[in-house]
Amino acid sequence: MTMIFGVPLAVFMGQLMLGLINGAFYALLSLGLAVIFGLLKIVNFAHGAQYMLGAFAALLGLQYLGLNYWMALLLVPLVVGGLGMLIERYLLRRIAHLDHLYGLLLTFGLALIFEGSLINFFGVSGSSYPTPAALQGGLNLGFMFLPTYRAWVLVAALVVCLGTWFIIERTRLGAYLRAGTENSALMQAFGVNVPLLITLTYGFGVALAAFAGVLAAPLYPVSPTMGSSLLIVVFAVVVIGGMGSILGAILTGLAMGLIEGLTKVYYPEAANTVIFLVMILVLLLRPAGLFGKEA
Amino acid sequence: MTFSKKTLASSIALAAATLMASGAQAQMSNDEVRIGYLADMSGTYRDLAGPGGLEALMMAVEDFGGTVNGVPIEVFSADDRNSADVGANTVRGWMDQENVDLVAGMVASSVSIAVTKLLDGTDTLAIISGSAASSITNEHCTPNHIHYVYDTYPLANGTAKAVVEQGGDTWFMLTADYAFGHALESDVTKVVEENGGEVVGTIRHPFPTNDFSSYILQAQGSGADIIGLANAGSDTVNAITTASQFGVVQAGQQLAGLLIFLNDVHALGLEKTQGLLLTTGWYWDMDDESREWAQRYYERTERMPTMVQAGIYSSTMNYLEAVEAADTDNAAAVRAQMADGPINDFFARNGRIREDGRMVHDMYLAEVKSPEESTGEWDLYNIQATIPAEEAYRPLSESQCDLVNN
Amino acid sequence: MATTQQMTPAMQRQRNARLRRNTLYLVLIVIGLLAPLAVYPVFLMKVLCFALFACAFNLLLGYAGLLSFGHAAFLATGGYFTGIMLASYPGLTPELGILIGTFAAVVLGTFFGVLSIRRQGIYFAMVTLALAQMMFFFFIQAPFTGGEDGLHGVPRGELFGLISLSNNFSMYYFVLAVFVIGFAIIQRTVHSPFGQVLKAIRENEPRAVSLGYNVDAYKLVAFVLSAGLAGLAGSTKTVVFQLASLTDAHWHMSGEVILMTLLGGVGTLFGPVVGAGLVVSLQTQLAQSPLGNWVSVILGLIFVVCVLSFRSGIVGEIQKMVRKNFK
Repeated sequence: MTMIFGVPLAVFMGQLMLGLINGAFYALLSLGLAVIFGLLKIVNFAHGAQYMLGAFAALLGLQYLGLNYWMALLLVPLVVGGLGMLIERYLLRRIAHLDHLYGLLLTFGLALIFEGSLINFFGVSGSSYPTPAALQGGLNLGFMFLPTYRAWVLVAALVVCLGTWFIIERTRLGAYLRAGTENSALMQAFGVNVPLLITLTYGFGVALAAFAGVLAAPLYPVSPTMGSSLLIVVFAVVVIGGMGSILGAILTGLAMGLIEGLTKVYYPEAANTVIFLVMILVLLLRPAGLFGKEA
Repeated sequence: MTFSKKTLASSIALAAATLMASGAQAQMSNDEVRIGYLADMSGTYRDLAGPGGLEALMMAVEDFGGTVNGVPIEVFSADDRNSADVGANTVRGWMDQENVDLVAGMVASSVSIAVTKLLDGTDTLAIISGSAASSITNEHCTPNHIHYVYDTYPLANGTAKAVVEQGGDTWFMLTADYAFGHALESDVTKVVEENGGEVVGTIRHPFPTNDFSSYILQAQGSGADIIGLANAGSDTVNAITTASQFGVVQAGQQLAGLLIFLNDVHALGLEKTQGLLLTTGWYWDMDDESREWAQRYYERTERMPTMVQAGIYSSTMNYLEAVEAADTDNAAAVRAQMADGPINDFFARNGRIREDGRMVHDMYLAEVKSPEESTGEWDLYNIQATIPAEEAYRPLSESQCDLVNN
Repeated sequence: MATTQQMTPAMQRQRNARLRRNTLYLVLIVIGLLAPLAVYPVFLMKVLCFALFACAFNLLLGYAGLLSFGHAAFLATGGYFTGIMLASYPGLTPELGILIGTFAAVVLGTFFGVLSIRRQGIYFAMVTLALAQMMFFFFIQAPFTGGEDGLHGVPRGELFGLISLSNNFSMYYFVLAVFVIGFAIIQRTVHSPFGQVLKAIRENEPRAVSLGYNVDAYKLVAFVLSAGLAGLAGSTKTVVFQLASLTDAHWHMSGEVILMTLLGGVGTLFGPVVGAGLVVSLQTQLAQSPLGNWVSVILGLIFVVCVLSFRSGIVGEIQKMVRKNFK
């Protein structure tokens, strides 16, 4: 067997593959955060909870409404995104003129409320969501057995990430958005409804989190705490990429997935910590993150 | 020989305690028997004890009649949030302000160890039903607590031994990276090696871990027959889920869950867990007596009880009977009274409380049913074998407990 | 001696303010001395420890404008070092153990400070969070902390080798003394020229730079002071409760101290004390009530309400009211 640093080549390749899949997942979640921060300057600490709500909505939809996976993938982001829009309209807007830190604290409080309430109704041991029939089974890649569903997650996450990047950076709508948040008075004067644009943007960021939640439902047990452990990791990804940089979030997400994957082979105890180490190093060398602009 | 030594020791203890108790004016402190229930009511371990355990305790108090020798039984509870800190502080408050006589429940091993350190030498007894660490009655033993339902020793001894005997002699361990996981891992390694097997690899994963895919892949790459899960709660659930996605069982490897509760299997579903071997201290569908009690519990909670919840009922009942018989709620006297005779009820068979505080009783090797075999939502296990009480637990001859004369 | 006739109205006002303040301190100290007669002393000690922790945190957020999301690391470092020293050297007296723990937090604070102090706003919060996560990892892996099980059986010992602290009352008065010392340090710092410069930096950093102040050095000193006092709180807490655990190192603890400070009033001296008192009471009282399962929901609601409507916190709102009505 060929060995790479004491690990069989097949296992090594397998780990890279898994790292890439996790990375795509991180990319999707950090993308939502980056959109919200980059355009609205809101540090959305409720992102983990909104991701969890996405998974829960899919689960409850299946149990009580007979909503299948594909419908959930379409509808849940709309519903949770709608909830996000209400949060922006009635809560976040009232503190938009203040320091960003207040947004962080408000959304942190919201996360506690969502999580705590669901724990009371559903407990924490989590329920499983069945893998959709079309995506069961697996692919034999030669070096590993890859469950079809994970391959789908990789493709779906990458497509959504690139699509979002394209809309914001390359289309007229995206240009309005960027301009509206840069200089809202001017855009207002041009007849663009900036507050509506902001509400929609926050809703879109939340919808991305919910979409990730639906994608995650068949992979992990759906439990009220599934978001909180992921949240600070995703935050670290966004900070490393440079807060607000869309492309930075996507690329960093993928890279962190790979780094974490390799850590799991060589020093598994540190798997939850390695991203923070990277974050410290990056911020020491490039204070605004890998892709961020110096303030 | 050990038996006679034990009876002698306990009768001396009983005599001494009775003497102490009769010396005191009030036999029931502040004319009430006060029970504090401490458990994780909202976190990872909520479903295996939690509010359901409190319900079991209340059931025991009601079945007992609500009073002991004319004094009322008072029950209060608190959430320890799996924090040694919160747990110890709560119990400190209970002792200083509430005159608590019995602390029951207790799940996270760290909470139990912290609480028993506090109780050592006081007039309060603790009966630990939820914790796993066998160190609780080994190096951490005190005269003020009893460890009731199970611990890591029989988990390793039951499951690992049975698996090796069935031919699974190369193991790959997935261990939660903290004291409980390390203890379970070393107990399992010992049992596997003693029975002619071999542990070919170990991964210590952070606690808690969401994504097990990388570890499962490494376990697959190791080529071991058995993937041993030395973790608990959500970690075990996540590991099993991931293993089923990666077709571990179809590829010829088997999983051995070392600490799995009924609620975990229920949450995971039989599709993912079928064929899993596990050791349990009790199962609701074991026999008529168990079924009858479980049915009553189900009517109150709409869930079937875990072994921990059943153990809480059984231990509370036995505690109250001992208080009645000794006519005092003094910790030493009640513990001696409880240890005085065998414990046999719907929960414990051939049970007795040893001088290290360990309640030894028959344990069971169970196999999770396949979806076809199962006839109902809670019809989850086949009991395969009984592990006799005297074989299941760490023998006193290996004990490091100060209360044992070795 | 100056007489009242020679005083300008401004000096008069200042003198009255000082008089009022000193009376307030005196009243509070008397309340502090009598409190354990009415309230359970262990609960009071917990409040005092967290109050000191929140005051230390507030020194940084309220007066230097730096939001640290990693203060749990200092609380835990103080706690663990004190715990380990006292548990392994039975001859060591508690006050020395506490000094060692505090010193460890100061060393760590210097290290964190040097790495993070040049970052601002959200980046500063994130760097401190990342560093605290590294410490959390260290506490799990280090062989001497007991990992998830925590460090138990720390003896309370005898103060100066003379007074046994095993009694809750003697322990309480010792904790009260530690708190008063810590609070006095913060009070002196805030009202000193150093504190004035910190406030100037908070209000307008570029202006402070152009006035020739070495802004980074000022921030670093404030950071280290805050870390040391947080460590002092952690050390004292370990002696009181005889244990140190990972709860203190978890990032939720860093979030909790923000809540305490925010609730009581950022940038007010007494705000963090009031906030800590409220949060600790809430947690202790609720945990034993039927609402026990709703603690985190209630804390979340408080967060939201505070941010939306009471950004100056309880003490801040009261101060505003007083200023409005007694002008």
